[in-house]
Amino acid sequence: MLKAEFTKQLPEFDLQAEFKMDREIVAIVGPSGSGKTTFLNCLAGTVSPDMGRIELGGRVFAEEGGKPLRIQDRRVGYLFQDYALFPHMTVRENILFGLPGQPEPSHVRELTELLGIRPLMDKYPHEISGGEKQRTALARALAMKPELLLLDEPFSALDDETRLRCRNELMRIHRDWQIPVLMVTHSMDEARRTADRIVRIEKGRMAELPIREASL
Amino acid sequence: MTVPDLSPLALSLRVALLSTVLAAVTGIALARFMGRREFPGKSAAEALILLPLVLPPTVVGFGLIMLFGVNGPIGRLLEDWFGIRVVFTWAGAVIASFVVSLPLMYQSVQAAFEKVDPRWENVARTMGVSEWRIFRKVTFPLAWPGILAGLVLAFARGLGEFGATLMIAGFIPGETVTVPLAIYFSYEAGRTGEAMFWVVLITLLGLAAITWLNGWRRKTSRRRGRE
Repeated sequence: MLKAEFTKQLPEFDLQAEFKMDREIVAIVGPSGSGKTTFLNCLAGTVSPDMGRIELGGRVFAEEGGKPLRIQDRRVGYLFQDYALFPHMTVRENILFGLPGQPEPSHVRELTELLGIRPLMDKYPHEISGGEKQRTALARALAMKPELLLLDEPFSALDDETRLRCRNELMRIHRDWQIPVLMVTHSMDEARRTADRIVRIEKGRMAELPIREASL
Repeated sequence: MTVPDLSPLALSLRVALLSTVLAAVTGIALARFMGRREFPGKSAAEALILLPLVLPPTVVGFGLIMLFGVNGPIGRLLEDWFGIRVVFTWAGAVIASFVVSLPLMYQSVQAAFEKVDPRWENVARTMGVSEWRIFRKVTFPLAWPGILAGLVLAFARGLGEFGATLMIAGFIPGETVTVPLAIYFSYEAGRTGEAMFWVVLITLLGLAAITWLNGWRRKTSRRRGRE
């Protein structure tokens, strides 16, 4: 269970997060500049909230008066908007960067087979397509066996066919791994097709959209 | 024309290499520290690092004599504790070269670190990777082209250092005479041919360094492509 209740000052308004989720896929929608990415950053720890509390499965990430938990210790997988693959490392080195000096674990092998990126393992990011980058970044985010997966606009740079394929893979991984997946998107259509629940952020305020209403 | 005594070249290379190593270690540590910390007096500290860039080398030399001279605070400490004398030795030349090349190294490294997208470091953190490993495997390799440019600049500046070196290390043939000093004093003594020899040699060295750096940059930017 992820529980996040915090505020974070942004240039034009305050992000006021009040959010709970279980092992489901939740989509965060909203116009650009509404605080979606900041919300993810606070959960991952790359940004610290000003006030409030974040906890995941009983582990406290941040609370008032306490030192925030190091990003390294949160076990949160994060897929950045344009993937942020390390340009000087191969696909294999990217995926295994958090697991140095170990032979490739079986879950990574299964993951890369499922995502169809085995043939690319020795290629560099500039040698592969957008969809392949997305799958590499997804495998990298999952290689550490995170307890929460954050996805920032995971499909926005993909063509329709690749998007459909990547979305199906994500949903399959979610079914197999049973971890909470929190996905930021600006596309209501994508949110409806992928998520169990949809939360809308506007000017820093969060509100749950009934999934039926969202699909109308 | 007979080939002149080559000791200035050997000394110059030794001084420039050592001062470059010192400037690299110090410059990288300082740039890293300054890039990640905010503290009162930070801009004053930064100005102090960059100061030798805008001061006449004789002013730097004068300052170094005050600090490292036999009666200077650091000079006395070095002599009492380690028996090292800096003034009128080649160690003085290394310190002079270090002080004038540090600002160049610092600026290059700082710019190189700033160009490394912080998202790469953050991704690595979410993967549980320690800060030291992130620095070694992500930040440093991605900043390397800028760091290398800083190394070449620092080496060239160290090789060419004249004013501060003359003041702190003096003109002691075979001991403190680097190529720039050899050029000045052989010309002064009317040995124009010898001065010319050193001028041509140092110009060729500089050209070779720049050509190599440019070639290397083209090669690596081609290899890395665009992310």
